[in-house]
Amino acid sequence: MASFKPTNIPVYPKLGEKVTQDTLYWKNYKAPVQIKEFGAITNIDFSPVTPHNFAVTAFTRIHIYGPFSQEPVKTFTRFKDTAYCGRFRSDGQLLVAGCEDSVVRLFDVGGKVALRMFRGHTKAVHVTDFTSDRYQILTGSDDYTCRLWDIPNATELNVYQEHTDYIRCGITSKLNRDLFITGSYDHTLKVFDARVDKSVMSMDHGQPIESLLLYPSEGLLVSAGGRYVKVWDLLKGGQPLVSLRNHHKTVTCLALSSNGQRLLSASLDRHVKVYSTTNYKVVHNFDYAASILSLALAPDDESIVVGMTNSILSIKHRKSPEESREISGQQRRRPSYRVFVKGKNYVPKQDDYLVSKPVKQYLAKYDKQLKKFNVSKALDCALEKWIRLRNPEVPVAVIKELDRRGTLKNALAGRDEQQLSRLLSFLIGNLVDMRFAPVLVVAAEMILDIYRSILGQSPVIDRQLLRMQDLLEREIDYQKELVEVLGMLDTMFASSLPKMEVPWISSATLLPLEVAVPSKKLNFPLEGGICI
Amino acid sequence: MVEHGDIRVVHRGGSKIDFRQPVITNDSRFLLCASGECVKVFSTSTEECIHDLQGHTDLVTGVLLRPSNHLQVYSCSIDGTVRLWDFTDGILIKTYVIGCPVYSIYASANHEGVIFIVVPMLGDKRSELFQLVAVHLPQSGDQLVESRELSAVLSNVSSNPADIAFGRGGEYIASAKGLQLKVFFFKKQKSYEFSLKEDNKKGGLNTFTCVACHPKDDCIATGHGDGKIRLWRNFNHKKEYTYSTLHWHHNAVSSLCFTPEGTNLLSGGVESVLVQWRYNQESQRDFLPRLGAAITHIAVSPDGALFCTSHSDNKITIIQSCVKVSAVIQGLVKVLRLMARTKEGESVQTDLIVDPRSKALVLNGKPGHLQFYSLQRDKLLYNLDIVQQEYIHELGLEQFEVVKAAFDASGTWLATVEERKQKSAELEVNLKLWAFDEQTQSFVLNTTISAPHEARITAMCFRQATDSQTTMLVSTSKDGHFKAWQLATPAHTEDEGPSWSCDFVGTYHGLVPECCCFSADSSLLAVSFQEVVTVWSPTSWELLTTLSQPPGAIRDLCFGRLSCSKYLLGTTAKNLLCCWNLLTCSLEWSTSMDISLLLADPLSENMAAFCCQAGCTDLFVFKPSEPRPLFSHKAVCSGTVTRAVFAPREKMLDSCEENSQWLNRSQLHFLTQYMDLMTFTTKAEDDRLMASSKQLVIDDSVAMTPFYLLLGKHRHQQQENQDPMSSLSAERTPLPQSSVAIKELLQTPAHVLPSTSFLCSMFVQSLLISVTDLSGCRENNKKAEEEMESEKEEEDSEQEMESSIVRSEQAAVSVQSAECAAPALTKAQVRELRRLKKLDHSWLAGLLDS
Repeated sequence: MASFKPTNIPVYPKLGEKVTQDTLYWKNYKAPVQIKEFGAITNIDFSPVTPHNFAVTAFTRIHIYGPFSQEPVKTFTRFKDTAYCGRFRSDGQLLVAGCEDSVVRLFDVGGKVALRMFRGHTKAVHVTDFTSDRYQILTGSDDYTCRLWDIPNATELNVYQEHTDYIRCGITSKLNRDLFITGSYDHTLKVFDARVDKSVMSMDHGQPIESLLLYPSEGLLVSAGGRYVKVWDLLKGGQPLVSLRNHHKTVTCLALSSNGQRLLSASLDRHVKVYSTTNYKVVHNFDYAASILSLALAPDDESIVVGMTNSILSIKHRKSPEESREISGQQRRRPSYRVFVKGKNYVPKQDDYLVSKPVKQYLAKYDKQLKKFNVSKALDCALEKWIRLRNPEVPVAVIKELDRRGTLKNALAGRDEQQLSRLLSFLIGNLVDMRFAPVLVVAAEMILDIYRSILGQSPVIDRQLLRMQDLLEREIDYQKELVEVLGMLDTMFASSLPKMEVPWISSATLLPLEVAVPSKKLNFPLEGGICI
Repeated sequence: MVEHGDIRVVHRGGSKIDFRQPVITNDSRFLLCASGECVKVFSTSTEECIHDLQGHTDLVTGVLLRPSNHLQVYSCSIDGTVRLWDFTDGILIKTYVIGCPVYSIYASANHEGVIFIVVPMLGDKRSELFQLVAVHLPQSGDQLVESRELSAVLSNVSSNPADIAFGRGGEYIASAKGLQLKVFFFKKQKSYEFSLKEDNKKGGLNTFTCVACHPKDDCIATGHGDGKIRLWRNFNHKKEYTYSTLHWHHNAVSSLCFTPEGTNLLSGGVESVLVQWRYNQESQRDFLPRLGAAITHIAVSPDGALFCTSHSDNKITIIQSCVKVSAVIQGLVKVLRLMARTKEGESVQTDLIVDPRSKALVLNGKPGHLQFYSLQRDKLLYNLDIVQQEYIHELGLEQFEVVKAAFDASGTWLATVEERKQKSAELEVNLKLWAFDEQTQSFVLNTTISAPHEARITAMCFRQATDSQTTMLVSTSKDGHFKAWQLATPAHTEDEGPSWSCDFVGTYHGLVPECCCFSADSSLLAVSFQEVVTVWSPTSWELLTTLSQPPGAIRDLCFGRLSCSKYLLGTTAKNLLCCWNLLTCSLEWSTSMDISLLLADPLSENMAAFCCQAGCTDLFVFKPSEPRPLFSHKAVCSGTVTRAVFAPREKMLDSCEENSQWLNRSQLHFLTQYMDLMTFTTKAEDDRLMASSKQLVIDDSVAMTPFYLLLGKHRHQQQENQDPMSSLSAERTPLPQSSVAIKELLQTPAHVLPSTSFLCSMFVQSLLISVTDLSGCRENNKKAEEEMESEKEEEDSEQEMESSIVRSEQAAVSVQSAECAAPALTKAQVRELRRLKKLDHSWLAGLLDS
C-alpha cells in the first residue's frame, strides 16, 4: 500500500531581484534617520578618528554630527555665503572649508571662530583638502586655478593655472605629501606634483568631472562626470580601465566601502549603485527620494549618509547582529526543546525488542480533502485567504490537480455568490500571470460555461466578470505590442549579424532578447531551471 | 537458426505472473502461481522464487492444491495435460494426458479422485464454446497416465477461471457467463439458471464478471460489470431466489473471494482498492487503498492469515489479514494496457536503456514510473517514481506518461521527459533531471523544467562526458529547436545546489529535428533535420558541416565507436542505410535496407540493425568499416522490433568463433511486438546456465516465531556442542571414491544391481578412511583388480558398472599421486613413489588395453 502522494506545488524561479550576498549585506541597515538642513547638502565628510563624527556642508553652515546623534554636536556658521567642502584633517583636529566668497577658512574642531583665512582666489572655492603631511591645504576654485597653502604661515605656496574651466573636485594622496589630483569642468583630470610647477599627468574624462576617488593603494583613480564613472590606472600612465554607465543622470559623488571591495556612486537620478570592484558589475542599488549630491560611508560601513538637493540628510545605520537575529527569531515561536526531545533520547538496551512506529504522513488541508476525493472542499481549502494571497501557486496547483483528475468541473460547480466571487477575485489577480495562465484559463472557461445561465442575477459577480473582461482586453493589447517590439528587434538583430557562409541564424543571440522582454509575455517558455 | 546453430534467440525472463489466481499453501509458506510455461513457487516471507516447476510445453492456465494432499499441486495447461507436482521439492509426480487444451481446473474435497476442468466444447482448439467436464483420475503407478474419460457437467461456460466456483462442501457448482448464472447440484443432478436484464435503469452493465461461493453458507456472490456485487440466496428454487446488492466499486469487479470461515468477502477491481465486506453486516467494510495497479485476482490462504492480490502490472501483493502489506513479488511490468487506444500503438515509449551504474535494464514501468530490471537475476530491482503524482485509477483519464529517458555515461545523471496530452488543452511537457545520491543509492530530483520546448520532444541524449567536461544534455523537439542544457552553479545564495539551465538553442532552416547523437569522444554533435544531418561542435556551437542524402527523412542516427569513430551512420525512411566518413565529409557507402532500428554497441565497434521484411525481423550485426556483416539472423521474430539494447556483460565471454564474437562483451536484448524480452545466447552460455541451475539448492529456514526465538538459542548451543563430533564424521565423507560408490549403489535400479555379497565388500571399502599410505592404496587397488577380473568372466551384464568403478578408482589414484607430489618428500618416500610408479604403469597399461 503506497502512501498518498501530496499535490506537487511547483517552485517557481523568483522574478525580479535575486538574493545575493551583497543584497543581504546592503539591506542589513535600519530605517533611515532623516534630518532637514537649511539648503542643498553639497558635501559630507567623516572624521578619520573615533568616534567618527561627520561634517555636513549645507548652505552657509557646516554641522558636525556624532555617530548616533540626530542633533548636530557642533555648528560652524561664520560664513558670509554658501560654504563648500568641509573636510577633516587626518588627525580629526582641524576642518577646512571653501566658500562662495572665495575665502578658505580653517577651523579648530573644538572652537567656533576660524583659525586661519586664506584669501587669494577670485571666485568661489569648491574644493579644499589637507595634504598628507597635515601642514598644507589644497584648494580649487571657479577661477580655474588650484592653489597650495601653508597652514602655519597662512601663505600661498603655489598656484596652478592649467585648467580651463571651474575646478569642482580634487583629492590629495594619502601616501605622498606632494601628490594631488584635480578634476575640472574642462573634462580633464590632472595629477600634480608639488615639487614641480606643472601637472605630471592629464586624462580626458569626456564630461565635466564632478567627483574623484583614489583607491587605498592609490594605483587606481575613479572619476565621475556626466553619466559616466571611469576608472583609470595611474601606474600605467593614466590608462582608462573601465567606463561604467549605469546612471541616467549626472553622477555626483563616489565612495568606497571600507574593505575596498565595493564602489558606490550616487547620482542626480536618485539612485546609489554599488559595484563590485573585481568585475565592475552593479551588485546592489539604493533608491532615495530626491537627487543626491553627496554620499559618505562611515568606517566599517557602520552607516550610509546621503545628502540630497531637497536639503534632507538621510542616515542609515547598520543593524547590530542581535537585532538582525531578533527579527528572524520573532517570526515563529517554536515549542521548547523539551517538547521535541521528550521520549526521543531514550537509548534502547541490548535485548530490547524495537517496535518501530509508523511514520505519520502530514498532509495539507487540501491534500486531506483530495485524498477523500472531496473536490469542492479541496478547492475551498486551497482558496483560503492567507494561502490565496501569499502563495498563489498553491490554489493553482490544486486546480491543476483537479483538472488532471477530470473533476475540475465538479469542483467549480454549485457555488453560491460568496464562494464564486472569491474564486473570481483569485482569477482576476492571477489570470495574466504567465506562470499560472495555462491552468487558470481552463478554469475561467469552465466557470463561464457553468455559470452562464445565472449571469445578470448578482451585481457582485457581474462587476467582477466585467473587470476580468477588461483585464483580458488590456492583456491582449500588451501582447500585440510585445510582438511588434519583438519583430522590430528581430530585424535589427538579423541585419546586424555578419553573413555566414552557411546560411543559418543562431538563436543563441536571440536568447538574451527573450529574457529581456518583460515577464508578462505568455507564450514564452520558462528558460530557467526550477530547483526543487 | 539454420546458419548459426550455436546462437539462439531465447526468452529472457519477465514472464507474466498475474495471469491466473495464485495459490497459497496450507502452511502459508509458499505461494504458487502460473507463469508462462511453468509454475513458480515463491516464498511468502522472503519474496524469492524458490523453484520453477517446469514440464508443461504450453501456457499454464491453472494451479490448484490437491484437496486430499496438501503437499501436492495440480497444474493444467493449454498443452492438454494436467500435472501433479510435489511443490516442496519441485518434483513432477504424475502427468495426466487429457488430449485437449485445458483452460481452468477445479476440485473439491468431496469429490475424491475427480477433477473438474474447462475444455473446448468439441475438443477443437479454435472453438469459442467451452464446457466444464469431470475427469476421473485413474489410480496407477505410472508417471504418464492417459485419462480421456470426460463426463460433461455443464456446457457453455466461460473460459475465465473466476467465473466458476464450488459451493459449500462441493455440493453444488456455480458458473456465470454473460448475463446468466447457472448452479448445478451434484446430489440432485439438477441445474438452475438465473438471468439478468442486459442493462439496468441507470445504464450500468449487468454482465457477470466473477463468482465466489460462501464456504459454510448457501450464498453465491457475483461481481458485475458496473461494479455491483450481488449476493444470491435460495437459489435451489427456480422462482423464489433472492439477491441483495452491494455497491462500492465504480468499475467492473474483477475478483471476489470469501475468507475460509466465510466471515468476510474480499473484492477488488480497477480502483486498486481491496475491499473487505463483513458477511451479513455488509454496511461495514474495510479498505486497503492504493495497492498500485488494478486488482486482477484475489486469493486467501487456507488458514485465512494471508491474502494475496495479483495486479495488472505483473505484481503479487501479500497482505496480512487486510492490515498490512507484508511482501510484494514484482515481475517485469508490461505496458500493454491503455496504449491500444492511442494511435502510436507503441507501448514502451522510453527506449530500452541500461543503467551504467547498476547494469539494470530501464524502461517504462507502472504508469509514471521507470522500472529498473536486473537482467542477470530476472528480478525487478525498483520502480523510480518520475511523475510524483497520485495516480487516479479511473478509465479514460489522461495521465502523465514518461516518454523519454537518458542516462549520462557514468550514471550520475538521469534525464526524463514526461508528457500529458489532453484532448483540448495544450501539451504539458516536463523535463526532469535526477542526480544519483550515493547515500540513499537512488536518484533524487534535481531540476524540473516545465515546458522545456513548445512541442513534443523527439530525442534526447547526454554528452559522453569525459571527467573534466561538464555534463550536457541535448534535447530536440517538434517545435524546430534543439536545446542544450547545462549544469549551472547557483546564481543566488538561496539555492541549495547546482541546477540545470538552458545553454544554447539551435535551429536549422526551421526544419524539425528528429534525432541527435554525440560522437564517442563527445567533440561532435549530430542532429538530423528531416533529410539533413547537421554536425555541430558542442564547445563553440558552430555548425561544422551538413550531410544529406536526399530521399527520405533520417530515422536513426549513430556514431561509430572505438576504431570506427570516424563514421556516422544513419537510416532513412526510404529504406537506406548510409555511412558517412566524417574526415572527408562524404558518403562512404550506402545500402538499401528497411531498417527499423539501428544501434551501436557501446563496448565495441559493432552495430546492430533490425531489418523488417515481410512481417518478420532480421538482424544484421556489422562493423561500419567492413562491408561484410559479422552475423546475420533471419526471422528473429515476427513483427517489427523497435526497441533493443546492448547490455554489457558482467563477465566477458571468450568465444573466438567469428559469428559469436560480437556477443563477447555485451548481450543484445530486444522487445518484440508482444512485449516479450528476448536475447541472444551462445551454446556455451546455455550449458553453463544449465549447470549452475542444477547446483542451486535452497535451504528453507524455519519460520521466525517466538518459539524459534526462545528455542533457537538453546538449539544453537547444542549444535555447537555437537560440532566437534560431527566434524570428525565429516572428515570421512569427502572421499571421491566412496561418494561415487554410494551413488552407484543408491541410484542404479535394483534389478540391474549385482548380488549383495559383491556389493557389500565394495560398500564397506568405500566407507573406510582413505589410506594415505600409498602402498596400502596399491594393495587395495590390486585387490579390487583381482576381484574384478575374477568377476568379469562370470557376469557380462555388469560390464558397464564395473568399468565406471574402475574409472573412478583410476581417478582417485591420480588425485592421490598429485596430492603427494605437492609437499616436500623424504628420500625414502621418493624412492617408494618411484617404485610405485613403475608398478602402476604396468598394471594400468594392462588395464587400459583390456
